[in-house]
Amino acid sequence: MSKHWPVLTLGAVLLAGLVLPLATGASPPGFYVEVLLGGLMAGVLYSLVALGFALIFKASGVFNFAQGSMVLFAALAVARLAEQMPLWLAILLATVIMFGLAWLIERLVLRPLVNQEGVALLMATLGVTYFLDGFGQTLWGSDIYKIDLGIPKEPVMILDSVFQGGILVNKEDFVAAFIAAMLVAGLVLFFQKTATGRALRAVADDHQAAQSIGIPLNRIWVIVWSVAGFVALVAGVIWGSQLGVQFSLSQVALKALPVVILGGFTSIAGAIVGGLIIGVGEKMAEVFLGPILVKAFDLAGGGIENWFAYVLALLFLLVRPEGLFGEKNIDRV
Amino acid sequence: MTGLAHERAQRLGEVILALDGVSLSFGGVKALSDVSFDVREHEVRAIIGPNGAGKSSMLNVINGVYHPQEGTIRYLGREYHDMDPHEVAVSGISRTFQNLALFKGMSVLDNIMSGRNLKMHSNILLQALRIGPALREEIAQREVVEGIIDFLEIQAYRKTPVGQLPYGLQKRVDLARALAMEPRILLLDEPMAGMNMEEKQDMCRFILDVNDEFGTTIVLIEHDMSVVMDISDRVLVLDYGKKIGDGTPDEVRANQAVIEAYLGVSH
Repeated sequence: MSKHWPVLTLGAVLLAGLVLPLATGASPPGFYVEVLLGGLMAGVLYSLVALGFALIFKASGVFNFAQGSMVLFAALAVARLAEQMPLWLAILLATVIMFGLAWLIERLVLRPLVNQEGVALLMATLGVTYFLDGFGQTLWGSDIYKIDLGIPKEPVMILDSVFQGGILVNKEDFVAAFIAAMLVAGLVLFFQKTATGRALRAVADDHQAAQSIGIPLNRIWVIVWSVAGFVALVAGVIWGSQLGVQFSLSQVALKALPVVILGGFTSIAGAIVGGLIIGVGEKMAEVFLGPILVKAFDLAGGGIENWFAYVLALLFLLVRPEGLFGEKNIDRV
Repeated sequence: MTGLAHERAQRLGEVILALDGVSLSFGGVKALSDVSFDVREHEVRAIIGPNGAGKSSMLNVINGVYHPQEGTIRYLGREYHDMDPHEVAVSGISRTFQNLALFKGMSVLDNIMSGRNLKMHSNILLQALRIGPALREEIAQREVVEGIIDFLEIQAYRKTPVGQLPYGLQKRVDLARALAMEPRILLLDEPMAGMNMEEKQDMCRFILDVNDEFGTTIVLIEHDMSVVMDISDRVLVLDYGKKIGDGTPDEVRANQAVIEAYLGVSH
């Protein structure tokens, strides 16, 4: 029991941070719920990108640094294509493009590097990152583009009978959260119930053994990168419609990094829960912790939202390196 | 020749796998040099040799993980320069591993089911929802797998994550996964390594049963000479990547080069 105390302490501090604003009456309940919901919505999107990371890491042991760039690339493709054609067709076409990209990455980057050190593969995906960032802008342009999902963006007031002043929510956020949830459910079914899913898990566990039972590694990698590409596309479209499609998308997507550290690199559940924790955590910290810090240390401003996720990830690395749901790595020495 | 041995010799068929003049090197290190041997249908063929003799390399050449620089491999009447792992699996060669290579995150059942992957063809959407033809297919495959589970006496562990099983049982799951492919040739890489006497005897029994009941050809690498001599039809002996003996267990036992390789000799 005693060796669990760092994890328990961290958990207790986080929980206290979550409950205190409400318990101490520092925040009116309506406002509190609003912040909470806002955090959850942002968290769902972090989860989506993190899911892309986790999928690829699970199936090929590659830490795909390019996940964020794939989000940007997909969003750019959809935004620019949608100028020429209906949105659904643009999304379909962009999906095909992402599948093609997955195939190319397998052919040109992964296959020549098979059985190399993990670091070599990481560096390769770093290369893919810069290539995609640059090539995407060459191909699609470097302005800020819009994706219009046709869902009203105006906030609506709900539950004004329960909370004083009601709660302002964005309908688009709800649609986004719903789509993300469906996608996650679909992926879980795919992984757990299909023969291909079983093959994917097999490859993740042991390349050589998977090969020996006739699972074609190359095809599996194309499938995994395609799925990751599609997940990136969904994240890109939703994010793009909210923030506009611009270069900073690939930076925002990097927030998925702390999410996978928190959730565990190989866990789909971890990616989801981690995303929600980070999303809620950073919003809460920004709104409730920020003003306290500013007052106490006479700072210029908050901006906690930008670094909170990374600090939390760092703390997790200290107390629970394998993440919340990750497999504990025990190496024989 | 005793009655049993005679009966066993009777069932041997044609040569189905033959390696001719195979050499394999990694950089400057020669793992195999000019090794030739063949495997006959329904045979239990052993490859023995001291550590680093090239036994595992030989297995990896057969199943396409390593590509030899020289030599040819004749399999089912066709000649290959080297093999492709996927094609090998499709054409009916499966294997087990010396250091267990099971899918640790999965249950015993899923591990064995993964051996049926090549036989599943239904639509992936139907699979995900477990309906219609996909459900029938899954059930049909499951029946085959249940047969193997009964055969290897691991009924009690179906749902257990494979990483939690004791070593001897994990070895059995490894064998079960290979059997699930209904192989023509089964490659066993030190199936008895690290086992106690009782587990070894169990494994011997299973290997012979597989050979008898399914007629599966078995190529088996083993360190422990005594075990091999009891269950093999023919034994190939490697030392430092070279063939130093090949024949029936009795012939190999009497071979001077083999005795020297195993016991050492004073020069």
